[in-house]
Amino acid sequence: MSYELRVNGVEFEVAAPGMRRLLDVLREDLGLSGTKEGCGEGECGACTVLLDGEPVVSCLVPLCQADGHAVRTVEGLATAGPQGPVLSPLQAAFLEAGGAQCGICTPGMLMSAEAFLASGADPTEEAIREAIAGNLCRCTGYTKIVEAIELAALGRGADTAPGA
Amino acid sequence: MPAEPPVASPTSLGQAYALLAAAPHRPIAGGTDVMVQIAAETTPIPERMLDLWRLDELRGIRVEGDALVLGALTTYTEIRRSPLCVEHALALVEAAATIGAVQIQNRGTLGGNIANASPAGDTLPVLLAMDASIVAGSLRGERTVAAADFWPAYRRTPLRPDELVLRVSLPLVAGRRVRYRKVGTRRAQAISKVVMALAWREDGGVWRHVRLALGSVAPTPIRATETERVLEGAAPRETVADHAAAVLRGELRPIDDVRSTAAYRKAAAARVLHRLLREEGGW
Ligand SMILES: Cc1cc2nc3c(=O)[nH]c(=O)nc-3n(C[C@H](O)[C@H](O)[C@H](O)COP(=O)(O)OP(=O)(O)OC[C@H]3O[C@@H](n4cnc5c(N)ncnc54)[C@H](O)[C@@H]3O)c2cc1C
Ligand code: FES
Ligand code: FES
Repeated sequence: MSYELRVNGVEFEVAAPGMRRLLDVLREDLGLSGTKEGCGEGECGACTVLLDGEPVVSCLVPLCQADGHAVRTVEGLATAGPQGPVLSPLQAAFLEAGGAQCGICTPGMLMSAEAFLASGADPTEEAIREAIAGNLCRCTGYTKIVEAIELAALGRGADTAPGA
Repeated sequence: MPAEPPVASPTSLGQAYALLAAAPHRPIAGGTDVMVQIAAETTPIPERMLDLWRLDELRGIRVEGDALVLGALTTYTEIRRSPLCVEHALALVEAAATIGAVQIQNRGTLGGNIANASPAGDTLPVLLAMDASIVAGSLRGERTVAAADFWPAYRRTPLRPDELVLRVSLPLVAGRRVRYRKVGTRRAQAISKVVMALAWREDGGVWRHVRLALGSVAPTPIRATETERVLEGAAPRETVADHAAAVLRGELRPIDDVRSTAAYRKAAAARVLHRLLREEGGW
């Protein structure tokens, strides 16, 4: 079978079994290895990507259900600049606040945070913690991750403030 | 990579029925149970899968006559965002908000929770307490099964191999109140999880039509009918709460063979009920 998906804005046709995990399609068939596999059972969130803008765990999504839909991965956050890729404001905030240590959880964490920021929800600590509750981190103790997301939310607020 | 059994993705319910009539297929809705089962090989790998995701006939939340009707493919996120659910089934919204995290709520469906038939399925006590009925369908037609008859034994349902869950109907009852409580996390579920839904109508200072349903305390989601009888026609006073909690402790038969765990769950359930009655009684 052949399925069509739009990944980070680019159309792909993938000839693979419909039950292949979106995670394997991204990493193996499309060579996008930014998305990580942790538990493979929906518990850790390392494999989180956005499907039509909503966070999902790509280890539990079969290719046939992504057919015709838009997928966004961590590779889709940075933008092209004259001197190479430029980190997104959210990625820059993670660097600044020390929100990444070993980095295994980071791609999934970034995607959950990206969806949260895009939702326009009030970035209270409680709301941020709920948004990343499905993303486990064994290194940071979460505080710096929450700070990074707060920082990015502040930046976004400034960008969109009236008159700015 | 996990096994990749062949899958058909019909775009109409008629096509899905025809496929199921021709050969056994394992349905997949949001996949949050079935993809885990395939990856972890906790159940035999299905020979063929039937992808339900394109069946728009199984979507939507609407009021039909005296009932709130939810399609089987309704996700937890859709339940949480639905003004109709907030108005008519707040307990279901509360249950949906406790299931997994955002990623699971975006994909997990009500129909999947029902068909998966886990004693720990968090929406099932709500469906029992609200006297829900579940509509199943196949090429042979549709039939309606009361939630009270839907989980007869551990991980069993009355669904035939060619049948799908189509929708759930929650009767709208004037003046009914429903409370929901979940204690313990899923991770800790082996020892501490208890889920409770309690529904009643107040009538002249006493409770009528009392329904008390629980999850994770027996091989199936259950109604605690002996305890319901204690509360029927009573008011949530302290003596009533003491009696109801004691009866509940005696009535439950948790599955764990480790006795301390079973005892812990019975005590936890009794405590949750007692606290709920105290809140309602205001004492
Ligand atoms: C990390 C994680 C956390 C979770 N946390 C919770 C929790 O807190 N509480 C809880 O209750 N559950 C939890 N679950 C379990 C799961 O998310 C729910 O049971 C969910 O409702 C399943 O729905 P689904 O659409 O994903 O089902 P699927 O996995 O697609 O299907 C589940 C079963 O039902 C069958 N099926 C599905 N739809 C139909 C239909 N319409 N007709 C006939 N058969 C059908 C399938 O064949 C399969 O056997 C969790 C799962 C994960 C991975
Ligand atoms: S790898 Fe998908 S949730 Fe852990
Ligand atoms: S930074 Fe190591 S798991 Fe989060």
